[in-house]
Amino acid sequence: MSDVLAIADHRRGELRDVSYELLSAGRDLADETGGDLHVAVISGPVDEYAQKLDREGVDAVHTVDYGEEFNHDVYTQTISQLYDALAPQYVLAPNSVNGLDYAPAVANRLDLPLVTDVVDLAVDSDTLVATREMYGGKVETTTEVAADAAVVTIRSGEWPAAEGTGDTTVESFDVEIDEDAVGSTVTGFEEVAGGDVDITDADVLVSVGRGIDEEENLELIFDLAEAMDATVSSSRPIVDNGWLPPNRQVGQSGKVVTPDVYVAIGISGAVQHVAGMKGSETIVAINTDPNAPIMDIADYAIHDDLFDVVPALTEEFQ
Amino acid sequence: MKILVTVKEVATVEDEFEIDGTAIDERFLGADLNEWDDYAIEAAVRLQEDGIADEVVTVTIGPEDAEQTIRQALAKGADRAIRVWDDALADVDLLDVGAKTEILQAVVEEEDPDLVLTGVQSGDDSFGATGVSLADAIDTQWAAVVNNLEVDPDAGTASVRRELEGGVEELTDLDLPAVLTIQTGINEPRYASLRGIRQAQRKPLDHQSLADLGVDDGAVDGDLELTEMYEPETETDVTVFEGSAEETAGDLADLLREKGVEA
Repeated sequence: MSDVLAIADHRRGELRDVSYELLSAGRDLADETGGDLHVAVISGPVDEYAQKLDREGVDAVHTVDYGEEFNHDVYTQTISQLYDALAPQYVLAPNSVNGLDYAPAVANRLDLPLVTDVVDLAVDSDTLVATREMYGGKVETTTEVAADAAVVTIRSGEWPAAEGTGDTTVESFDVEIDEDAVGSTVTGFEEVAGGDVDITDADVLVSVGRGIDEEENLELIFDLAEAMDATVSSSRPIVDNGWLPPNRQVGQSGKVVTPDVYVAIGISGAVQHVAGMKGSETIVAINTDPNAPIMDIADYAIHDDLFDVVPALTEEFQ
Repeated sequence: MKILVTVKEVATVEDEFEIDGTAIDERFLGADLNEWDDYAIEAAVRLQEDGIADEVVTVTIGPEDAEQTIRQALAKGADRAIRVWDDALADVDLLDVGAKTEILQAVVEEEDPDLVLTGVQSGDDSFGATGVSLADAIDTQWAAVVNNLEVDPDAGTASVRRELEGGVEELTDLDLPAVLTIQTGINEPRYASLRGIRQAQRKPLDHQSLADLGVDDGAVDGDLELTEMYEPETETDVTVFEGSAEETAGDLADLLREKGVEA
């Protein structure tokens, strides 16, 4: 028993990028265990997905043609049955919102240990060693899994997307779903509130985070943006506080932006935020903490109090 | 309708810190109510204020020191609290999802709530998994990463919005009882009022050991072992502007103009 089973992620008719990253992580892990990489895709246009998932290094693709969209009850039941049929050593899932909506249930049902949000994986003398972060990314840890098998969710963006074309056969997996145990129904999807500002369209973004302290202080940011002819965006806490509408949020659960210049003010740079802005051409960080994670991806930085720097910068452009 | 809210006291870390073995040196640690749990408490208390819930009970796995944080939850409106702890738990470095599930399952079996609310994740170990694992263990419905919640107690259903990636929300209906993991932004958590803080001192806070709950000591010996902790290597090649705020702002303005930023 040394195979790896990776579960693809998709939404509204499209495979998500993390699915291809799962193939790379899965292949690496299968190489270390000396086993095969199985990929399963559940619900939706599975044959179409299967063609796309048949990339280099994939040993088998299993399609489960059941329902249109993600439903965690269907996923949990299906993965449990796939596990029984294929007997993989490790089940890999994305650490996505949907991954976290079924992987813990699968682990519980199969009585397997669960390691989530993993950024690196290795097998050392038959022991799975997972690298994760704690305390909001301030420290990295290695965790050994003292069990023969495990469920693991991987963070998106940590493995390259698998490329090339494979030549594996696609097999349809017949699942038996207990409909009585399906107690949740997805009734639709909605985009978050729009508003008239499209931050994905801006060349210059002045982005504000938790460091601004008070809602009234946002005026400083809007003054700067006006002076620079820039658009104001923000990290999650500002939107959670209701200080700016959701369409201004940059990050994993917000918008992905790629401006020419991104000025991050009072933003520490949590991984969810960085996922939304790392493609910016030039990144400037203004933050008192020289060790803030944002400094790892910033091109230029000022380690100083934003309440001193921002007014001075505004004056420069006025 | 009874709501059980899981409340965790998490460690907060100063900007500058030192690591001692597989933990951050205690000198650099503080303690606070887990941010996501604060939103879960608020969601529960609002359901009580709306007349939908009769009782809000919190449960915490934590040592006596955590009682200060638990009182915060009581001050915000929870009716009573349960704290689970004993020596077996004190010896564990990393309490894994399976162990937390087994302990919370025992509490759920004792309390029999109609709804369990948990934070999406905790700010320290960030597994983001206990709520969904618990739901499966107690054989109820669940939804993860909920940022909007409406409960219909007569129909025995909840309608939730789940926050997906990329600014998309999923609308889901589910049957009660259920476990929901609550995302920040679902509401605006209240500050505890002075009156609330005074009242919290008189609210029941029961301590239970694993034995009290009928949980075997061995349950806490999970399969995960923390073997290393270190500060992440940075590959930064950031150019830092030095000087007074006026000087650094001037240097940055020059750079930004070079990049095409103009008023």
